[in-house]
Amino acid sequence: MINLPLLPILIPLLAAVILMFFPKRIKAQRFISLLAIGATIVASVVLAAEVKANGIQTVNLGSWPAPYGIPLVSDMLSVLLVLTSSILTFFVVWYAMIYMDEKYESFFFYIGVMFLLVGINGAFTTGDIFNLFVFFEVFLISSYLLIVLGGKKAQLRESIKYVLINVISSALFVTAVAYLYSVVGSLNMADISQRISELGNTGIVTVIAIFFLMVFGLKGAIVPLYFWLPGSYSAPPIPVLALFGALLTKVGVYSILRTYTLFFTQDTGYTHEILGVLALLSIVVGVIGAVAYREVKTIIIYNIVVAVGVILYGVAAMTPASLEGAVFYLLHDMVIKAALFLLVGIMIAIAGSSHLKDMGGMIRDYPRIGWTYFVAALALAGIPPLSGFIGKLLIVQGGFEAGDIVGPLLVLISSLLVLYSAMKIFMNGFWGTPKEYHGAKAKSANRLWVPAAALVLIAIFYGVGTEAIRPFITMAVEPLIDPAIYIEAVLKE
Amino acid sequence: MEILMSIVVGVLFTSAVYLILSKSLLRVIIGTALLSHGAHLLLLTMSGLKTGDAPVLLDGVTSYTDPLPQALVLTAIVISFGVTAFFLVLAYRAYQELGTDNMEEMKGNESND
Repeated sequence: MINLPLLPILIPLLAAVILMFFPKRIKAQRFISLLAIGATIVASVVLAAEVKANGIQTVNLGSWPAPYGIPLVSDMLSVLLVLTSSILTFFVVWYAMIYMDEKYESFFFYIGVMFLLVGINGAFTTGDIFNLFVFFEVFLISSYLLIVLGGKKAQLRESIKYVLINVISSALFVTAVAYLYSVVGSLNMADISQRISELGNTGIVTVIAIFFLMVFGLKGAIVPLYFWLPGSYSAPPIPVLALFGALLTKVGVYSILRTYTLFFTQDTGYTHEILGVLALLSIVVGVIGAVAYREVKTIIIYNIVVAVGVILYGVAAMTPASLEGAVFYLLHDMVIKAALFLLVGIMIAIAGSSHLKDMGGMIRDYPRIGWTYFVAALALAGIPPLSGFIGKLLIVQGGFEAGDIVGPLLVLISSLLVLYSAMKIFMNGFWGTPKEYHGAKAKSANRLWVPAAALVLIAIFYGVGTEAIRPFITMAVEPLIDPAIYIEAVLKE
Repeated sequence: MEILMSIVVGVLFTSAVYLILSKSLLRVIIGTALLSHGAHLLLLTMSGLKTGDAPVLLDGVTSYTDPLPQALVLTAIVISFGVTAFFLVLAYRAYQELGTDNMEEMKGNESND
């Protein structure tokens, strides 16, 4: 049972290796990948129960004592993220089985998804900064495969930009690790944190903090490093887009959350001020993009930038309430973004176009899809009984507690405009005069609805059952407020 | 020695940035290769270039160079190999499909405007 934190990484890895032997047998591919993700979910639930009962779980790979080997650390935050990403992947893969053509599926699609899950679960679980880089590369290389699979012209064009941006940010990551290693002489995250606090407030640590903000900001799409996102994310097919939109940028956000609460806590007046300003700018730019476009995918894509800004604003404020809000909102946003992309994907499948001018009156033939989208849009904006509310409430409260007025107000106004942008899709797509649709996949719309509706249902439970989830989130926030808990758990003995 | 290496790394980074900002896709890929060379060299340099024996356990040797950055560089090198190979094939496919290697011509959104 000591090796429990390994399972969410090992199970999809093993499944991916097995799947590689028979890429053309689609039924077996589907069955084994769903089975593997199901097993990953079970393992994460068991792990969450274990962490709840016995505190932070660590595994020192190869039994090397803490600062010398690679540790895997499962605190409540990383367990919750692993659980959420596994659940999302399950429903997205289910959706993909209906949505994708067989030809598409027989070219290593499920294997790519499995390796993506390996990389993401690994990045959430690792306790070593260079190992984090390696897991970043694992999911990035799988995402290169998934974004270009199919080989349409737009995909080739956009994936070149996507690969280029990520190659540059990976080189910057190596550079940042090199600087950090020369200053503290360690790669273990708990050990680094301890040594930085012994070092005290020196200029070079602040420089490295900003360097890491650049690296993770490029992955997580904060302003002004978000420029690659709208183009690249509009290229791949919908299930892949849902995976990317829900998971990939959130790994960048998690890394900022982790490093800015564990490493760079000495000179928060400077580093967290910059983080806060950039987060607010992300909200503004994301909202402008979401309001400006009438293309359904692009609207939701800009909403990713808004959400990243809201979460990072919570991180930058650094009060217990705002950190708790940031974790609440992070989990909510992963679920609801995946659900929205899947629902918008059904609209595109029906209309055969992703532009609002080609849609209208869908509520008449597809009432279930329409009302599911309506609930998802309300949850996105943070209407009280639904999932987005408590996170934003705590972030706003934390912002006011930190003595800031502009930030919380911007967060509130952004909710309004986010609601406008999501309702724009609802009112133009589902209401109005019905149009003629020539979507090739319109027949499978009602089957596609099932996994999407399941995700919306999870979002509703997450909102209604806040009281039940709260103890988990509170536990996840503890090591963020007091890094000593994390350090002690990793460097025990 | 570290100062000299830092200058070399700086030159590599400068050339890489210059190449990445150019129009031809192949120049961009050469730029990314130089960028990863620079990053790897920096990783070795920043751990200190003190003289010592190669990190192989032998009798009678007391002072070794730091083995950790060498392992890190080895990992980073294979990763960037993989990514560069993928990127080169991607560029080749894009050249076949799009008929250009000019980054300026790889824009537009004809599908959704």
